[in-house]
Order: sequence, then structure tokens, then C-alpha cells
Amino acid sequence: MARFPLLKALIFPVCLIPLARLGWYGYTDQLGANPIEFVTRSTGTWTLIFLLVTLCVTPLRKISGWQALIKLRRMLGLFAFFYASLHFATYIWLDQFFDLQSIYKDVFKRPFITIGFIGFMMLIPLALTSTNAMIKRLGGKRWRRLHQLVYFIAICAVVHYWWLVKKDITQPAIYAGALAVLLGYRLMAMLPKSGALLSKI
Amino acid sequence: MLIKKPGDIKPSEITDQQVYLERRRFMGVASRSLAALAAGMTAPALLAGSADAEAAAKLSGIRKSALSTGEKPTSYKDVTSYNNFYEFGTDKFSPAQQAGSLITRPWTVSVEGEIKRPKVYDIDELFKLSPLEERIYRLRCVEGWSMVIPWVGFPLNELIKRAEPTGNAKYVEFTTLHDPRQMPGQRSGVLDWPYVEALRLDEAMHPLTLMAVGLYGEELPKQNGAPIRLVVPWKYGFKSAKSIVRIRFVSNPPTSAWMKAGPGEYGFFANVNPTVDHPRWSQAKERRIGEIFKRDTLMFNGYGDQVAQLYSGIDLKKYF
Repeated sequence: MARFPLLKALIFPVCLIPLARLGWYGYTDQLGANPIEFVTRSTGTWTLIFLLVTLCVTPLRKISGWQALIKLRRMLGLFAFFYASLHFATYIWLDQFFDLQSIYKDVFKRPFITIGFIGFMMLIPLALTSTNAMIKRLGGKRWRRLHQLVYFIAICAVVHYWWLVKKDITQPAIYAGALAVLLGYRLMAMLPKSGALLSKI
Repeated sequence: MLIKKPGDIKPSEITDQQVYLERRRFMGVASRSLAALAAGMTAPALLAGSADAEAAAKLSGIRKSALSTGEKPTSYKDVTSYNNFYEFGTDKFSPAQQAGSLITRPWTVSVEGEIKRPKVYDIDELFKLSPLEERIYRLRCVEGWSMVIPWVGFPLNELIKRAEPTGNAKYVEFTTLHDPRQMPGQRSGVLDWPYVEALRLDEAMHPLTLMAVGLYGEELPKQNGAPIRLVVPWKYGFKSAKSIVRIRFVSNPPTSAWMKAGPGEYGFFANVNPTVDHPRWSQAKERRIGEIFKRDTLMFNGYGDQVAQLYSGIDLKKYF
């Protein structure tokens, strides 16, 4: 039980709800007229949500003083990678059907795909180095520096969404706002004075 | 001229039994699920009701047309539930949910501008202007998906001939209703309302260019642009303005709503062209709704034989 505390055991199935929902919609024919678009959008949205939720862990822990929250961070981050992988696989398999030439063109010619692709590529080393053994091998300091990539990945994810939208940018703007708050908190924390202030709040 | 009486056409000629039954089933499911949804909806949405809940009126005396494609039409459910109609929200599912607030009777269409016979038509007059034809056309959206839709309507040139354009008439401009009370999407500034689209006069006169008043043998559902809309099958879907209240003949090229919204992304012609990409995505392929894998997009959406001559000598990369 110590290795898989109750909190994690409770949150783990919750994180699978978006996938279960897609499965249920598929089974009951509720994915709409363009199911592949639906699955692509949905897995993309949940990647973004999990990235943002993962970025909430540290501020929440500091603000609430509830240290146990940190135990969720790796799992949430890996769920972000999980949904990103589904999103990527949907694009490669269902959207492009392994048409490498067309994928190649997309990645290099379409800025919104380029940036999404970069974001996903950067997620891979983070997922690979998420184990305790890897943390030990890299050493805490280097590991932390590597995992600060997640800030840039989250920016890539928001920009990826923003550039994809035809006209109505309401949704990407909401995610951009949330990310700005989360990154803003860290910038504030970096300043010596406000850092001390924030950790006291 | 032989005018077919309603009795001459069996309902089975218009919609096959399978589609009809599926539609009934869908409407049942839709109204039930919408009723459930409505419990969580705001009062105006509740009052507006659903566009699907109203029984669509059958159109009679519809002729078949040699201009129809033999491809299998997209299901009625998909045609009426996956729509771009920003006047009712920017999500594909929004128009089917929101368009119930549109009032399509009484409705008038003002035909005006550089013509000898300006006239304000009552919508019922337009339904009788010329014999209604079924035109099964491919529709290619600029977003990269497509459908096959059995429209019902009459050629726009029938209306233009009656208007008698003057020598100054070079372009035809179409304006959609602007009424945020009926069209809640117009309360947002996502486009510069009202929605305006335009064609060159020769494009408007082309026999393929249709004024549609129905689909699948019934009056147009509201989410599809009731009571009357334009259909230009060789151009991206956004050119085909919906819920039209004004048709104006002008001498200078009008600026359409999408040209204003993204001049680098949406041009005046907007001809379907797999070799000219949208700045942000490829137009080489499309997903036909109902199919899994993409198919190649055809030049002029497959209507090149009929329309390519309209653009001879024009650099379509420049004038996209």
C-alpha cells in the first residue's frame, strides 16, 4: 500500500475516464459524423488538460502545504504522455494512415503540426526518465533541469491548439490563460522576495 | 413543358426506405436526448427548442437532374448534425442544437442593385419560381472534409434572368440574415456580421449554381441554411451562403465575411483546389464523412469539366 498510496489509487481510475468515455462513445455510435476528428480533438484536449493539471501540483502543494500531492505528479505527467501518445497515434494511423510523405510535409510545412510534433518529441525523454532509477542515475539536479522542459512543452501544446483553430479562439485562449497563471506563479517564485512570500501564503 | 404532378413521384424515388427509417429513429433519439440535455440548458435555449424537433415539410414535384452525381449520399443524420453555420455557434454540433430559434416564415429575399427588375420576393414565391430539381452534389469544406448531399432547389440563373442585370452588373452578392435574437452566434464577434458572400456574374449564371430550398426531399432544416441558401459545388463550402435575405448585383468585387476574417487564408474565388494549400493545412486530401480514410481532393471538386473554362488564364495560386 505504501508503494501505491490510496490517493493515487483513487486518482488513477479518474484519469482513465476520458479514454473510457471515448470507448463508450465509439461503442454507442456517439462520436458524431467525423469520429476521427472527434478522437483527435478529444485526446489532444486531454493531453493539454493533463499537462496543466500536472503543472498545478507544485503550486497547490506549496499553497496548501499538503505534501502528499507531490506523489501524484509523476502519474499525472505520465497520463499527459499517455493521451499525447493516443493523440499522435490517431494522427499517424487514422488521420494520415502512415502516409509518410504526407506526414513529413505536414511536420515541416504546417507550423501548428511542427510545434505539436516538437512538443510530443520533448515529452518522450521526460516519460523515459520518470522512473526512480532514472532520477537516481541522472541525479536530482540534472533530472530537475531536464524536466523543466515541461514548461516549454505546455507552451507548445497551447500554441499548437491556437494555430489550428479556424477563427474562434475562445477555447485555446482559456488554456493559454490557465498556463499563463501557472507559469506566472513560477516566475514569481523565482524572484527571491516574492518567492519567500509565495511559499508563506 | 411537362410539369410532373406530385402523384407522379413515388416517395421511394426521393428517399429510400432505409434512410427514411433511420431518420425517424434519429429524430426520436435526438429529441429524447435533447430533452434530457435541455434540463441542464439555459432558459433561452430551452425556449428555442431543437431544430430537429420540428417535422420538416416534404417538397413535392421534384425533378431529377442530369447534373447529379451517382455517388452515395451522406446520411441524413450526418448532413443535418455536422454543420458549419457560425450564426449558431462555431462547433459542428451547435447549429443542429441552436437553429431552432430561426424564424423562416415569413421570409423575404430582396433582389436588387444593377438590374432592371428589382423585386422583394416572398419565400413561397421562390419555391414556385422554377420547377424544383434534386441535385446530388459533392460538398467540400475548406477544413478538409466532404459530403454528398441531395439538395433540392432551382438554378440561380432562373432568378437572374428574371432580374435582368444591366451592363454594370459584374458580381452578385449574397447576404445572410442579421438578427442576433434569432441567430445567437451573431452576439459574438467571431465574424463581421452579416455574413456576405459573392460570385462573379458568370459563376452565378453557371447551370451548376443552385439556390437550394431543401435536401433529402424535404424543406431545408434550419441548421442547413433554411429557408433558402446558395450551393456552389466546385467551391469550398463557405462560399455557399445560408439563410439569404438579399441578393445584390454590383459592379465591384464585394469583400466576403471570410475574406475580411482572414485575407491571407480565404480568397474571393475559393475554388476547391488540391494544389493550393490553406496556409495552415494541406488541401490535397479530404475525409468523406462516413468514411474512415482520406481520399484525394479533385480539382474544382470534380466539376472541372463544367467549370474550368470560367478560369482560363487566371493564376489560381494567386487568385485562390
